[in-house]
Amino acid sequence: MNNVFVICEIDEGKVVDVSLELLTKGRTLANELKCKLEAVALGHNIGGIEKELYQYGADVVHVGDDERLNPYTTLPHTAVITGLFGEEKPQIALLGATTFGRDLGPRVSSALQSGLTADCTSLEIGDHEDKKAGKTYKDLLYQIRPAFGGNIVATIINPDCRPQMATVREGVMKKEIYDKHHKGKLNKLDINKYLKPEDLVVKVVERHMEKSKVNIKNSSIIVSGGYGMGSKENFDMLYELADVIGAEVGASRAAVDAGYAEHDRQIGQTGVTVRPKLYIACGISGQIQHVAGMEDSSMIIAINNDPNAPINRIADYVITGDVAEIVPKMIKYYKQNTK
Amino acid sequence: MGLNIIVLAKQVPDTRNVGKDAMKADGTVNRAALPAIFNPEDLNALEQALRLKDKYKGTTVTILTMGPGRAADIIREGLYRGADKGYLLTDRAFAGSDTLATSYAISRAIMKLEKADIIIAGRQAIDGDTAQVGPQVAEKLGMPQITYAEEIVSADKGKVVVKRRLERGVETVESPLPVVVTVNSSAPACRPRNAKLLMKYKHAKTITESQNASEDYINLTNDRPFLSIPEMSVNDIDADSKWLGLSGSPTKVKQIENIVFQAKEAKQLTAADDEINELMKELIANHTIG
Repeated sequence: MNNVFVICEIDEGKVVDVSLELLTKGRTLANELKCKLEAVALGHNIGGIEKELYQYGADVVHVGDDERLNPYTTLPHTAVITGLFGEEKPQIALLGATTFGRDLGPRVSSALQSGLTADCTSLEIGDHEDKKAGKTYKDLLYQIRPAFGGNIVATIINPDCRPQMATVREGVMKKEIYDKHHKGKLNKLDINKYLKPEDLVVKVVERHMEKSKVNIKNSSIIVSGGYGMGSKENFDMLYELADVIGAEVGASRAAVDAGYAEHDRQIGQTGVTVRPKLYIACGISGQIQHVAGMEDSSMIIAINNDPNAPINRIADYVITGDVAEIVPKMIKYYKQNTK
Repeated sequence: MGLNIIVLAKQVPDTRNVGKDAMKADGTVNRAALPAIFNPEDLNALEQALRLKDKYKGTTVTILTMGPGRAADIIREGLYRGADKGYLLTDRAFAGSDTLATSYAISRAIMKLEKADIIIAGRQAIDGDTAQVGPQVAEKLGMPQITYAEEIVSADKGKVVVKRRLERGVETVESPLPVVVTVNSSAPACRPRNAKLLMKYKHAKTITESQNASEDYINLTNDRPFLSIPEMSVNDIDADSKWLGLSGSPTKVKQIENIVFQAKEAKQLTAADDEINELMKELIANHTIG
């Protein structure tokens, strides 16, 4: 009872990365709260899935294995999870901020009237004093997230409602095996206990899933462009630089909104979080919403015509000048020096 | 048989354009200090509704927005683009609402309107980026939800077929009506204002806005009832005040921090050829690239 729960996302029989990242974080939180870490895995033909979850620190794994739980649809998952949470009364429940977690999370939080914080970048345990009510709350979950287009960072708490729910984007937390030999307890769920016929009204009639063509998350060098690139044509220069130096192309939200790049290249709080060896930021001013997704890069080169751009404060190299002039020079001198 | 569609739209501060007085001392947003726009994905939602209206004769599109008095702009904008009518849900009791309290108020308002077949909203609003209100309204109304929609393919014979855009592909789902659908920015952009509709509705006002209007305007609206934008308050939606505003919000803002970057010692360069050349040599030499 009152443990930390991670609702795992299963894709083609495998646990997705963000769920393992959340187990790693959840393990730390559970240790601090001196409670157990539990995982929920719902799908079909997922026997044995608990083994990996134990390794990432789960003490208990609740498995629902039923054809009605795959492919994912909102209502059956909601029914099982709200039913299970009614019995187990978790104090914290975490989900990935994927289309899965952002579809399921709000539905569950509304059913439980429990409050949910979206897209957290940090989770901590702390106390809270409500001076007006003269009450002190111990060991709350601080749900920390950029808000308001990334111009501020807000710490959100749920003083009175449980579970305290939060979603976290993929790549924000670190994924780490807790203990290869860690063994937990398996709890096989009786799905019939939770599902009603009206939960099954939505049908998936067709699915076309493909491997993402863009793989910025695992690229060791990223050339990223912002609104300051000025045009789609200028932005396209970045592909040439990326091609020459063996990099992937990323983009800021402003560049995506302006139509310079596809959405799956977006880096930042509402995109992908990356930690490459080298990050070359071209025409990016450095709003926190973007910086949140790349500040852990080992080396940052900022190219900007504004010497006071916020991005310069976290950069290792600041090149002040016209990006349309500098990028071709980088290509030229890279080629010259590698001949 | 036409459909009855409700579009949920929100007026949002343009977060791409934020000044110093944007936040109040209690950590909530000072909306009065910011330029206000139609939430971008709500325009994608409106377009999906208007396409259904084009396709199914007799369909009506109603805009529902919750916000302060000036959010009536959203309804006028919707009318200019082809919506049939709009309601402004406005009350001081809604101040400080989180997504759950907001969803509660909106769902109560929807129950007071003519029974909807489809409720369409943008996936998320740019001020909070939570994507929670759509699913929470669906839950409170006991309706199925389809999020991340890119296209409402059809809506007839009591069911809707929707194409969803997910991280790695496309999924087509089928749901009975009534249903809540939230629409992505990857869906087609909203059609522009229609000149005739702009002429027709440019004097549309809420009751509050028309309080100081001239006698001429009052006479005009008597002849043209479509110029009157109805308002709804807490009293009109049978809401329990404990589920509204701050008291109805499980999440509280504990603290707000402005962003301060840790300054690093950076090497300063210009666009000069020798400087770029040196940089590339250095990056190659220390195996950062190449």
